Amino acid sequence: MARITAGVATSHVPLLGVGIDQGKMEDPYFKPIYAGYEWSKKWITDEKPDVIILVYNDHASAFDMNLIPTFAIGCADEFAPADEGWGPRPVPNVKNHADMAWHIAQSLILDEFDMTIINKMDVDHGLTVPLSLMYGQPDEWPVKVIPLAVNVVTYPPPSGNRCWMLGEAIARAVESFEEDLNVQIWGTGGMSHQLQGPRAGLINAEWDQKFLDDMTADPERLRHIPHIEYLRETGSEGIEMVMWLIMRGALGDNIKELHRHFHVPASNTAVGHLVLEKTS
Amino acid sequence: MHKSVHDYLADFDDIPGTRVYTTKRARQGYWLNQFAMSLMTEENRQKWKADEKAYLDGWKMTDEQKEAVLARDYNRMLDLGGNIYYLAKIFSTDGLSFVQAVSTMTGMSVEDYKAMMDAGGRSPDGVRSIKGGN
Ligand SMILES: [Fe+2]
Repeated sequence: MARITAGVATSHVPLLGVGIDQGKMEDPYFKPIYAGYEWSKKWITDEKPDVIILVYNDHASAFDMNLIPTFAIGCADEFAPADEGWGPRPVPNVKNHADMAWHIAQSLILDEFDMTIINKMDVDHGLTVPLSLMYGQPDEWPVKVIPLAVNVVTYPPPSGNRCWMLGEAIARAVESFEEDLNVQIWGTGGMSHQLQGPRAGLINAEWDQKFLDDMTADPERLRHIPHIEYLRETGSEGIEMVMWLIMRGALGDNIKELHRHFHVPASNTAVGHLVLEKTS
Repeated sequence: MHKSVHDYLADFDDIPGTRVYTTKRARQGYWLNQFAMSLMTEENRQKWKADEKAYLDGWKMTDEQKEAVLARDYNRMLDLGGNIYYLAKIFSTDGLSFVQAVSTMTGMSVEDYKAMMDAGGRSPDGVRSIKGGN
């Protein structure tokens, strides 16, 4: 049977993709940011997951104003990197485990999560930057990726609690898939940042660090943080952190923090990163 | 657990210097945002660069929206229903980074804005709530 073994949380700042694509890893601005991923790159090489369920949001790339799905799952065999206005990132196409994606889609719908199923879709920095941070620059991604896109752009996004429950349902779906697979779930986006208006540039390191702490210490608190708190405390784009709760909900009660990284700033954003292991 | 949508939305106007992208804004900015999305292909970017005004005339945007785009007045675009992830296609086509474009909305120079970010960003103290003054 397939099993979820670990979770990864990471910011997905576009600039961190640019830094890797342009070979600026040693640049003094970028060096301390990427240094926090060195442990994780080694870890994932040892772990060799077969499949990653990658929770991210589309930033007006595949979805425009015509279609705003709250939760969408990518079911095609392959996805190309999106052209976000400066040409597509020079990264490999993302290969899906389509059988498993379709299985999860069906299972979630029967579990009362009415997913949008998407086939033709380009994937933007929200999905490709985390892969680059964890795997560097391979010719092919050494893992299958199931894209799970969440609307966090047009209000209201889903509540933290709903995200958590979706995570629990994803775990049930994975456990009922017959192939013997090592599966990870990643939650991406955040941490505090605001990209618009006179209040742009807001960073709340104290709030972010408490959020990182409570992923293990008090996840129950995180489930019930209202949208207005994310907005006031973490800037208008900090709401992306609800996507971390899908990952956290999928891991269950018993987890251990293996690695943590926090750095301010990357571009306009506080970078947060966690590696969480499921212990039972 | 259900919260009325009115109570939910009422809080959003109490955040200083922030336009939350509500459905009302999404409706108002529909064509502005769709225009911005169209700059995701090289072909359209070339047409846009060749004649911005003519390109805009192909879209059902208001005159105010068109003026704001031509002036690259991002705060105005937000007021008229723009969303930053859509508007990003405009400044990316201009060759601007997020930091460069975002700084124009703060009344700070790019250098001052960058210096603020490098020093840990803008503190939330005093800009959480208009009513609360905190
Ligand atoms: Fe994002």
